[in-house]
Amino acid sequence: MTEHRRRLASSDVGLLAAMKAVFLRDLRVAFRQRQDLVNPLLFFVMVVTLFPLGVSPEVSFLREAGAGILWVAALLSVLLSLDHLFRHDYDDGTLEQLVLQPQPLFLLVLAKTLAHWMLTGLPLVLLAPVLGVMVHQPGNSIAVLCLTLLIGTPALSLIGAIGAALTLGLRSAGVLLSLLIIPLYIPVLIFGTGTVAAAAEGAPVGGHLALMAAFLVLALTLAPFAAASALRISLSNS
Amino acid sequence: MSEPLLQAVHLQCERDRRVLFRDLSFSILPGTVTRVEGPNGSGKTTLLRILAGLNDAWSGELYWCGEPRDRQRESFLRNTLYLGHRPGIKPLLTPLENLRALTAGRRPLPDRVLRQALEGTGLAAFQDVPCRNLSAGQQRRVALARLLIADEPLWLLDEVFTAIDVHGVDALEALLLQRAAEGGAVVVTTHHDLRLPGMHRIPLGQEEAGDD
Repeated sequence: MTEHRRRLASSDVGLLAAMKAVFLRDLRVAFRQRQDLVNPLLFFVMVVTLFPLGVSPEVSFLREAGAGILWVAALLSVLLSLDHLFRHDYDDGTLEQLVLQPQPLFLLVLAKTLAHWMLTGLPLVLLAPVLGVMVHQPGNSIAVLCLTLLIGTPALSLIGAIGAALTLGLRSAGVLLSLLIIPLYIPVLIFGTGTVAAAAEGAPVGGHLALMAAFLVLALTLAPFAAASALRISLSNS
Repeated sequence: MSEPLLQAVHLQCERDRRVLFRDLSFSILPGTVTRVEGPNGSGKTTLLRILAGLNDAWSGELYWCGEPRDRQRESFLRNTLYLGHRPGIKPLLTPLENLRALTAGRRPLPDRVLRQALEGTGLAAFQDVPCRNLSAGQQRRVALARLLIADEPLWLLDEVFTAIDVHGVDALEALLLQRAAEGGAVVVTTHHDLRLPGMHRIPLGQEEAGDD
């Protein structure tokens, strides 16, 4: 029996190495399909453009509403991209293999979510200053806006991963995903726009940013577990 | 006699209010090939997914090397290779990249070994072509290349013979037999008429006869 035991392999791949492999594969796949990368960004730009066209191009209006518009647009484009997070992997069976990897699933999910943020959230943050100028935000507000997006968008990806995992087995998951996730996005949105508003009034924003960071840490610690459990449930029902 | 790798005791599974199987007990011993048999819808895939740990909707007991499977999860996952209907091949990646990604979390191997495995399944000329440009059978072969380099003692293979040509089927049968001779255990479901010497069978789909 001991001889037989010895023939079993132990898991000799480090956690970080396994996470890196998942992360790099997602990046590689995304860069082979650039359309999926560009879509959320185009959506972001177009939603922001609609407000001056549809509501008012007045400088006073845009200066007041600009940060909120940018935040809502960023939130919606993250939401738009969420369906891809696990969908392709589910369809081609990669997800099954991911669940069956010997490493804890929540870490692999975290790696996937991080890749998702790098591919959608981070480009949004980088694009935000340009759009901020377009909606007449002062320089100080733009800096704070980017900072809030930088802290907020990872939280959006993490929370969204739970919804994406839960709605995986459903055929028309898009609407349900939005209904599930938007309520959870509201705190991030409120703190994000609140911080920019405070900055515009010249108030200190340290406390606001700390609260947002706390929210991010909370999402970082809890969301991967929830998403991993949701993935198991979705796969178990398929 | 050697200890069973995987042991199922009184397995029962219900799906959509229909009992797929009940009181199913069997042992998967090292050095054997086991075929799960039954008509369409008899729960072959479900049984394999339960054994692999993908499906949680079952009752009964599963033992991995004599201990409850859920307490040995890491050892079980590391030493079990599951290939499903959907083999985990990303259409946008090349066969080599796919193979590298699939093995990275279990046992990273140098590209040289991976290339040899792909050559072994007849994909030598397609190593750098994205998998979406390959045929269904060729995509299956990418997944099967994993078997050539796998060190997992237990293989759970769902419909592996699908879309594989005659030569491929012969090679795969030989591979399964060789694997068993080396002390590995293989569980397969297939509609292909698989006849291997010394093959074990798990018959499913006898519930309806009793119920109706």
